[in-house]
Amino acid sequence: MWCYKHYSWGHPIFFAFLSLQSNSIKTSKYNFFTFLPLNLFEQFQRIANAYFLFLLILQLIPQISSLSWFTTVVPLVLVLAVSGAKDAIDDFQTTENKHSQWHIVGELDEKWMNVQVGDIIKLENNNFVTADLLLLSSSEPHSLTYIETAKSCVVTLDAMKTSEVKCEAPNNKLDKFTGTLTLRGEKYALDSEKMLLRGCTIRNTEWCFGLVIYAGPDTKLMQNSGKTTFKRTSIDRLMNVLVLVIFAFLALMCLILAIGNGIWEYDKGYYFQVYLPWAEGVSSAPYSGFLMFWSYVIILNTVVPISLYVSVEIIRLGNSFYIDWDRKMYYPVNDTPAQARTTTLNEELGQIKYIFSDKTGTLTQNIMCFNKCSINGKSYGDVYDLAGQRIEINEKTEKVDFSYNQLADPKFAFYDHSLVEAVKLGDVPTHRFFRLLSLCHTVMPEEKKEGNLVYQAQSPDEGALVTAARNFGFVFRARTPETITVVEMGETKIYKLLAILDFNNVRKRMSVIVRSPEGDLTLYCKGADTILFELLHSSCDSLKEETTEHLNEFAGEGLRTLVVAYKNLDEEYFEDWIKRHHVASTALEGREDKLSELYEEIEKDLMLLGATAIEDKLQDGVPQTIETLAKASIKIWVLTGDKQETAVNIGYSCNLLNDDMADVFIIEGSTSDDVLNELRNAREKMKPDSFLDSDEVNIQFEKSSKKAKLLPDEQANGVYGLVINGHSLAYALEGNLELELVRTACMCKVVICCRVTPLQKAQVVELVKKYKKAVTLAIGDGANDVSMIKTAHIGVGISGQEGMQAVLSSDFSFAQFRYLQRLLLVHGRWSYIRMSKFLKYFFYKNFAFTLVHFWYGFFSGFSAQTVYDEWFITLYNLVYTSLPVLGMSLFDQDVDDRWSMLCPQLYVPGQQNLYFNKIVFVKCMLHGIYSSLILFFIPYGAMYNTMRSDGKAIADYQSFALMAQTSLLIVVSVQIGLDTAYWTVVNQFFIWGSLSVYFAITFTMYSDGMYLIFTASFPFVGTARNTLSQPSAWLAIFLSVTLCVLPVVGYRLKAQLKPTETDKVRRYILLKIKEAKKRPPPPSPKRRLRRTSTRRSGYAFSHQHGFGALIMSGRNMRPKSPFATTGTFSPNSDKNKHKGL
Amino acid sequence: MAVNYSAKEEADGHPSGGVGVPGGGAVGGGGAVKTRKPDNTAFKQQRLPAWQPILTAGTVLPAFFIIGLIFIPIGIGIFVTSNNIREYEIDYTGTEPSSPCNKCLNVSWDSTPPCTCTIDFTLEHSFESNVFMYYGLSNFYQNHRRYVKSRDDSQLNGDNSSLLNPSKECEPYRTNEDKPIAPCGAIANSMFNDTLELYRIDNDTRIPITLIKKGIAWWTDKNVKFRNPSGDTNNLTALFQGTTKPVNWPKPVYMLDSEPDNNGFINEDFIVWMRTAALPTFRKLYRLIERTNNLQPTLQAGKYSLDITYNYPVHSFDGRKRMILSTISWMGGKNPFLGIAYITVGSICFFLGVVLLIIHHKYGNRNTSADIPN
Repeated sequence: MWCYKHYSWGHPIFFAFLSLQSNSIKTSKYNFFTFLPLNLFEQFQRIANAYFLFLLILQLIPQISSLSWFTTVVPLVLVLAVSGAKDAIDDFQTTENKHSQWHIVGELDEKWMNVQVGDIIKLENNNFVTADLLLLSSSEPHSLTYIETAKSCVVTLDAMKTSEVKCEAPNNKLDKFTGTLTLRGEKYALDSEKMLLRGCTIRNTEWCFGLVIYAGPDTKLMQNSGKTTFKRTSIDRLMNVLVLVIFAFLALMCLILAIGNGIWEYDKGYYFQVYLPWAEGVSSAPYSGFLMFWSYVIILNTVVPISLYVSVEIIRLGNSFYIDWDRKMYYPVNDTPAQARTTTLNEELGQIKYIFSDKTGTLTQNIMCFNKCSINGKSYGDVYDLAGQRIEINEKTEKVDFSYNQLADPKFAFYDHSLVEAVKLGDVPTHRFFRLLSLCHTVMPEEKKEGNLVYQAQSPDEGALVTAARNFGFVFRARTPETITVVEMGETKIYKLLAILDFNNVRKRMSVIVRSPEGDLTLYCKGADTILFELLHSSCDSLKEETTEHLNEFAGEGLRTLVVAYKNLDEEYFEDWIKRHHVASTALEGREDKLSELYEEIEKDLMLLGATAIEDKLQDGVPQTIETLAKASIKIWVLTGDKQETAVNIGYSCNLLNDDMADVFIIEGSTSDDVLNELRNAREKMKPDSFLDSDEVNIQFEKSSKKAKLLPDEQANGVYGLVINGHSLAYALEGNLELELVRTACMCKVVICCRVTPLQKAQVVELVKKYKKAVTLAIGDGANDVSMIKTAHIGVGISGQEGMQAVLSSDFSFAQFRYLQRLLLVHGRWSYIRMSKFLKYFFYKNFAFTLVHFWYGFFSGFSAQTVYDEWFITLYNLVYTSLPVLGMSLFDQDVDDRWSMLCPQLYVPGQQNLYFNKIVFVKCMLHGIYSSLILFFIPYGAMYNTMRSDGKAIADYQSFALMAQTSLLIVVSVQIGLDTAYWTVVNQFFIWGSLSVYFAITFTMYSDGMYLIFTASFPFVGTARNTLSQPSAWLAIFLSVTLCVLPVVGYRLKAQLKPTETDKVRRYILLKIKEAKKRPPPPSPKRRLRRTSTRRSGYAFSHQHGFGALIMSGRNMRPKSPFATTGTFSPNSDKNKHKGL
Repeated sequence: MAVNYSAKEEADGHPSGGVGVPGGGAVGGGGAVKTRKPDNTAFKQQRLPAWQPILTAGTVLPAFFIIGLIFIPIGIGIFVTSNNIREYEIDYTGTEPSSPCNKCLNVSWDSTPPCTCTIDFTLEHSFESNVFMYYGLSNFYQNHRRYVKSRDDSQLNGDNSSLLNPSKECEPYRTNEDKPIAPCGAIANSMFNDTLELYRIDNDTRIPITLIKKGIAWWTDKNVKFRNPSGDTNNLTALFQGTTKPVNWPKPVYMLDSEPDNNGFINEDFIVWMRTAALPTFRKLYRLIERTNNLQPTLQAGKYSLDITYNYPVHSFDGRKRMILSTISWMGGKNPFLGIAYITVGSICFFLGVVLLIIHHKYGNRNTSADIPN
């Protein structure tokens, strides 16, 4: 692809809006020089860092300073350095990312980011459109709807020098565009038909030229993709609340101590001035108390540890890397590993309650396969063994050999040999069946090389049918407006195409009328069974019954079925009919109605031929994944642009909906009142008493005022599904119906929304976020999922497919839907458990650490004297205790990945946020307070009025400090040991290493050499040797450790009497291992999910009305072409998603 | 604890047994083909072998009993040891009017001649081994932050520049009359300076008991932390030239003792004082009474008298002064706390163990069977 810069016009075009956007979206924040100041500025905007800066300033005030400056500076610098480095890496990576995006676009002479409004661009086949373009001309004269524009524009580019384009300001309406093109004094109206939007792909068009109308963030797609909001996890928000609580707690403690100091100074300190005069400037006890308040703020600030935020970020980063590294989420087919694009949301993956999924490309592969058929009462497609037992089809099953047919599509697979035999034997109905399939459609063939046929079908269903016919020997080769060329069993036949009775949503069928080379006049029809069965000739009744049986069978397997029929036409009648048809089709008024009448007239007394069954291929493992996720109490909502039938069909085939459900409600009202009634009826059925005034939710609803209220979970009296249509959804999303929708929908296990727009997808997600205290996840692959992905708490993009928009705006991406269960049940659950354990431990260790100072205050005249050595305070969080907890939060697994997947119920505690919440936090706090009491009073009691075994002093401050800090460190190390469920080598190394490092550093710092070199810095010389050689010191340490740990162990043991699911699973595993000394058994072999179901008409054309007329008009045909080529601009490949708007 | 080292074998592929991926094996087969397939290392795949202990009644209950069984004997041992320690304590503050030292209650630092008083006491039991003589102070906040800081370790370590220019931390005892104070700071300034002498009264004759004043400080303090300023001369007076004595002291630091190795900053009384106490009630080693005769106890039961040169005022802030005589054991001085604590904790453990055992027997195993698929 290249941009024709030199095609830019002589003088710039006038645009109605003034700010011209270049196409690049700047994502890199820093460069080499601005990094330090900008990053520092940004970091100090974080409340935590600003707080520590404030502390540092406090410490520099001599009257207040209770700790040396280095106790704050060392951690602060480290923290700033670490998060600065992370920011730099992140920034670098995002820049890289964007570059790769542009590279995907193609070999560039001129990069897309340089494209500016007003440029004319040439696009080639399979290019992505990355700006909104006004289509000027293309290689295809039949570029369908664009043909008119193209003709007028293609005239001369020279002429455009004097042209002017006026257009509306950028907006997010995908299907609306208004503008005018003034060319040689003439004005042309421009509308959305003439636009190529960013996010589309050029298909089957050698080249085209476009004028850039909107670029970069102004493009419709970017305008539609919703605001990028900075996502935070619920733990983040909770953490912020907790930090505030801790601040309040800190202030309270400081206040108590400050008052204590005031009283002490008044009561004792005043008199003690003989030995210790008041500090300079302190004239009264209250003033001293005031200063002491700030001194204690400095000392006790460690309850809000400086390293909290940075540790949390490191843990999340580490857990994100695991996602990137997971081989079980790597898809070899297109070489795509999973990717954690956002590194701050991991633990939220363990708390998902609602999944919003796109359908096409996410649940399904968007590939249709001709799977089975029923011809003249005989069903084909199943494979039986010698005993007549049906056997499962897998890779080993022998495929039908189509080599006799030169034109067969090698990718087509069929397993039932009897059908080929029937064809070869020349069975008349079978031939007629395939002839019908090769004639009755609106597919365009493309044959660039002899024999290399490519079909361009508007709907993949049609493509599948025509391909099937092709392989069985009825090759649709070429078409002109009047003829269809078919190679029937090697014999080329040209059929005259007399009429196409096109498909529409009401008719749910299409027919063609052709004249065979032999001169027979035949109408071939295919359509939905319910419709077609009404139109059959009475002689087909018995066949109808047999076919119905087959249809039931097919539908039971989740296949999309289609009934085909034919009718031989009477020459005279047809002459008359075609005349009337001509009149009707040129009528100016009521053309549609008149045509439908005519169609209905001729499509009757049809002869039934059989039925086809097409499999809308699901992605691998989708039903299993959905089953597993459902067991993990995750509710799945499918939001799709597809039609209701398609969506429901897929719902059944991927096990979302099934016949065990008590009911599946369908909301399709077209007025606000209808929708309300339907929703209420559904709710009444699910939970009749939810309408009573006594209902909890109603009461709550009455009480609370207008502000957003959270709805509690309501239990329905069974398993229900809900299907809601796009237009009904539009009503339901309006103000007063919102609540009804949420209440009803959230009671259902499965919700399917059909024909929804990208914006509605986002609205639905927003709705659940607003009313439910639940974590949501949106997964999709296309540009139309972007808004939903951005709105949900977590957005997942399916990567490796065409189109990068979804991935680029997602937080996590991988190639297959089935990896979702591993992402949630393994990575998410682990991340959540790890983060919870981390926070629990982190708060605990800092409470235990800090509160000792508080107790000491009562014995040291509230003088803000620290218990520990200043160096210990500096290193405690950074060196002595950081690695073990990091090790735990990077390696811990309660049960391994297989068991996580086997027991989805383990996921539930995360959803309910059981592992870290306010209550857990209060428990941590109490635990910390208890430990600090032990850690202060045991050394106190042990050294009160006593001495060493050589009679010398041990009750000195330094020995006391050493005993307290050693006990503390051992206690928190044992505690982390208790919390660690999965002791890898690294954990062992970190835990034992930290303890050894503590002793090593302590002995070093308290050594003679260090004292002699840095006399003022290490006053604790000799303390370690003198104190730790005393048995009484160790007895005291041992006692404190035992007292701190015992209650925890006891509590855990007591809790084990009511074991959690995790405990059960762990014990079960233990039992298994003991029994078998083996790994857990591999998951039981996959059962094929088969529903024995009532019949559902799965027929759904995914294509649009109006194609047939185009073919017949011949305007888009290239008559001279030997192999008729065809082309279509199909926004975002073949899904036609934008068309749904 | 349950032990299992589980090395997980690699099961690469597609967990839920989805339909096999055609061509899946093709990628990475050649080796030359560069794929983005993540490395198959135990670390990256989170398959590091690990020990996975599980807290169960079977592992925890024995631990409870063992802790109980260990703690109770230790506690008893400590308690007995502590109880065998002889200790005698006299409060000589003189707050009670009846006390001989009552007259000295309101002495000031510079009262001359110093106030002296004598307290007689009787030891009921003899002190067999070496006896340690302590002075104890109560309500004395040696652990006050400003007090603890108020010293200059460099100066005390013999640094000559700090000697003449002490740290700011010493304020307001940094300089006096424009001369630097040596040793500076509130700790040094408030050094305990009562003199205690002990006599055994044997048939009305006062036999002085030899009190050894060296060997009462930590070796590291005496030899590493505290050092006199260095110079060409050994003459402390000259070395401390240019400094002045702490305000409260009657004489300068170089006149603390007559022996040169116990004078100046390395005077052991001074060193002991400078090692600030952790709590407002504390004891500091004052003198040693060594057992000289193997046949006789160090202090035999009988009458003694304590002569006090009362220089150190504590009454103004309700302080108390004590003299303590004590023998010691392997675990130090008399302290019943540890023994009692160990016995208590041990008993609680044992008791808890029994309770948990009963609970476990009654309710355990009931709902432990997991609801596990397959």
